[in-house]
Amino acid sequence: MTPGQAPLLDIQGLTVRLPHGAERPHAVEEVSLQLFAGEILCVVGESGSGKSISANTIMGLLPRPWVEPVAGRILFEGRDLLSLSDPELRRMRGRDISMIFQEPMTALNPVMRIGDQLGEVFDAHGGLGRAERRSRVTELLRAVGLPDPETIGQSYPFRLSGGQRQRVMIAMALALSPKVLIADEPTTALDVTTQAQILALVKDLQRERGMGVMFITHDFGVVAEIADRVAVMQLGRVVEQGPADQVLNDPRHDYTRRLIAAVPSADPPPPKNEQSGPVLLRVEGLEKRYVTERGLFAAGRSVRAASAVDITLRRGETLGLVGESGSGKSTVGRCIVRLLDSDGGRILLDEIDLAALRGEALRAARKRVQMVFQDPFASLNPRRRVGRIIAEGPMAHGLPERAALDRAAELLRLVGLDPAAADRFPHEFSGGQRQRIGIARALALEPELIVADEPVSALDVSVQAQVLDLLADLRQRLNLALLFITHDLRVAAQICDRIAVMRRGEIVETGPTAEVYAAPRHDYTRSLLAAVPGRHWQVPGHLQTGSSLQGAST
Amino acid sequence: MDGFWKRFCRNKGAVLGLAIIVIVVLVALAAPLLYPQSPWRMVQRPFLPPFSVDGFWLGTDTLGRDIAAGVVHGARVSLLVGLVSTLVAVVIGVSLGALAGYYGGLIDDGLMRFTELFQTIPSFALAIVLVAILQPTVDSVVLAIALVSWPPVARLVRGEFLSLRSREFVQAAVVIGQSNGRIILTQILPNTLSPVIVMASLMVATAILLESSLSFLGLGDPNLMSWGYMIGAARTVLRQAWWMSFFPGIAILLTVLALNLVGEGLNDALNPRLARRSR
Repeated sequence: MTPGQAPLLDIQGLTVRLPHGAERPHAVEEVSLQLFAGEILCVVGESGSGKSISANTIMGLLPRPWVEPVAGRILFEGRDLLSLSDPELRRMRGRDISMIFQEPMTALNPVMRIGDQLGEVFDAHGGLGRAERRSRVTELLRAVGLPDPETIGQSYPFRLSGGQRQRVMIAMALALSPKVLIADEPTTALDVTTQAQILALVKDLQRERGMGVMFITHDFGVVAEIADRVAVMQLGRVVEQGPADQVLNDPRHDYTRRLIAAVPSADPPPPKNEQSGPVLLRVEGLEKRYVTERGLFAAGRSVRAASAVDITLRRGETLGLVGESGSGKSTVGRCIVRLLDSDGGRILLDEIDLAALRGEALRAARKRVQMVFQDPFASLNPRRRVGRIIAEGPMAHGLPERAALDRAAELLRLVGLDPAAADRFPHEFSGGQRQRIGIARALALEPELIVADEPVSALDVSVQAQVLDLLADLRQRLNLALLFITHDLRVAAQICDRIAVMRRGEIVETGPTAEVYAAPRHDYTRSLLAAVPGRHWQVPGHLQTGSSLQGAST
Repeated sequence: MDGFWKRFCRNKGAVLGLAIIVIVVLVALAAPLLYPQSPWRMVQRPFLPPFSVDGFWLGTDTLGRDIAAGVVHGARVSLLVGLVSTLVAVVIGVSLGALAGYYGGLIDDGLMRFTELFQTIPSFALAIVLVAILQPTVDSVVLAIALVSWPPVARLVRGEFLSLRSREFVQAAVVIGQSNGRIILTQILPNTLSPVIVMASLMVATAILLESSLSFLGLGDPNLMSWGYMIGAARTVLRQAWWMSFFPGIAILLTVLALNLVGEGLNDALNPRLARRSR
């Protein structure tokens, strides 16, 4: 950005109305943003902050008339995008302003070859000859770093991985060399190593072509990685904007400060205590294969989700099981809580082999090992009251109803909720509160081991910090062993005493968190750590308040 | 509950349907008061057209029986058969569907093949055969209708169970050690009830039609006056005495229509996300 230059895209006082009965009257209120040529503007905010609505307004993708802009202007090359007719808007989309979306898995037509889908972009904007179209498509696929572009152009989407599909989407967005690229959380659905590659690609292409990129994200690590300027949104308003360096390291607005303080540091704190508790869980040589059913003519396929997995976990200790999607970390967790039957190996809990238990013996043993689930919206029965949900466990193990409900009220207080919450239904709570309820349910049986499967990955960063604090605090107070499954190395750094890194069903490295992060021995661990977005950026010291936002309720 | 009523009442057709059903139910309940005598009794001269003699507003049939009395008493039979057979069908369908969907594997295969056995036989033909074998009484009619109408319920419930089974709240119930029975009854079943209720309301309508068709063919309970029987008995004189089949026909039409309207309204109210936006 050169000062004095006219902005490429100029949003002035934009207000977008929400339908009646929504949480607030306006999705976006008086938002003013400028995007200059040759810069990446990151719009950050938590869910519901209005960042996606802003982007969709620019593209004319609002679900009108339910959600409609009521004030403000969006100027692009001297024209107000809000006043354009549909045909004018259509001509402009793709040619001048393009967009990439969050979910690459569903964004491509599954029954159309990649090359043909890319070619359609040219057809929609005054076509090209066949031969030229073909060569342009190949050129584009090469530009986004896809190997063997000719072959990929001939393939159907299902042959491509998530990262490759996102590259195709980027190629599609860039086909007509737009001046503005809007990216709505384009890396959120991707693994961390893939995310790093896509971020680098976006940055390279932006520099090469001098585009203005508006990059929407909730992740401050990503911001630190690619932003030139940052705008922070809260509840539909821009509360702070400025150069990346200033916003990240010296935020002015209180909300920004709180958000940044809640970002877990990628560097683990020094180990607090020597691990000396007795060993609670020992997994030895755990095997799990997924076999697709053998058809009449096709042989069954078998995938090894866990092979020869060994885990040792002491009382009062947190072991982080990290890895990318498909690495088998959830499978291991589910085998330990016996939601899945393992195909081999032993799961010893104080010398009792959980893997060998069946029927009534298994049901009785279940109370010692509990689980906290990933999705706080799917893990609570929508038709049962919160008190009941928590009391069900003890009741299944013979506690009378009255006592179980009393215990539920106690547990609600323990996880920082009002005991009166027991009479309400899950949908009346926010994501963070629901996750607290999920934790209370797991604690109701006084377990010795808790398996937490991505317990914070569906939560906003400030809520994430609170739930992590709660888990760490409870673990210490109740002397629990915690198996913490996560893909987020920042989160793992903060909560785990030891780390086990999984890849393709195998544990490739294990050790104390600080050691693994400081001196990873395995190549894969090294590449994972290198891919953590914003690794070079430290949450500024004056904002760190322990690791917590204690006192605030979710 | 308030929200439910609000959404239900937004569908004007459903409210109208509910009103019609309430009237039909009231008439059926009041039948012994309105027409204390048996509807089979011959009370006037035959072939009396409607509105020609005071007290016999809907005329009389070929044997001089009061058509109004027949329609009113017929409502009892139609509603009774419709409700009871649907209840039986829902109980069978929900149990089999729940077991198949929850346990999967061989149990699922077995139960679903069994269901398909019923689905491959034309349901009306099967109902006729069942009633003919069992002797036409009201019990056998109810049983026959129930036996031919449960398979769609089983399929629906199985599908819901299959998708809910893998949801995290069900897995959480497994982890806290709830027994399979409790999980089926308290965790999954309440979440499948909305579509089942909607389907049941439509099944009552189908059951009434089936009962009428059976009675039309002379396979109804010979001791009970029903709408289908009245139409069947009047079909030979359709051109001379239109009213004999017209009034019971209208009764069937209105009741079935009302039930369908209510079913649609229930669908809108119980599955608000699927409701059409236009209303």
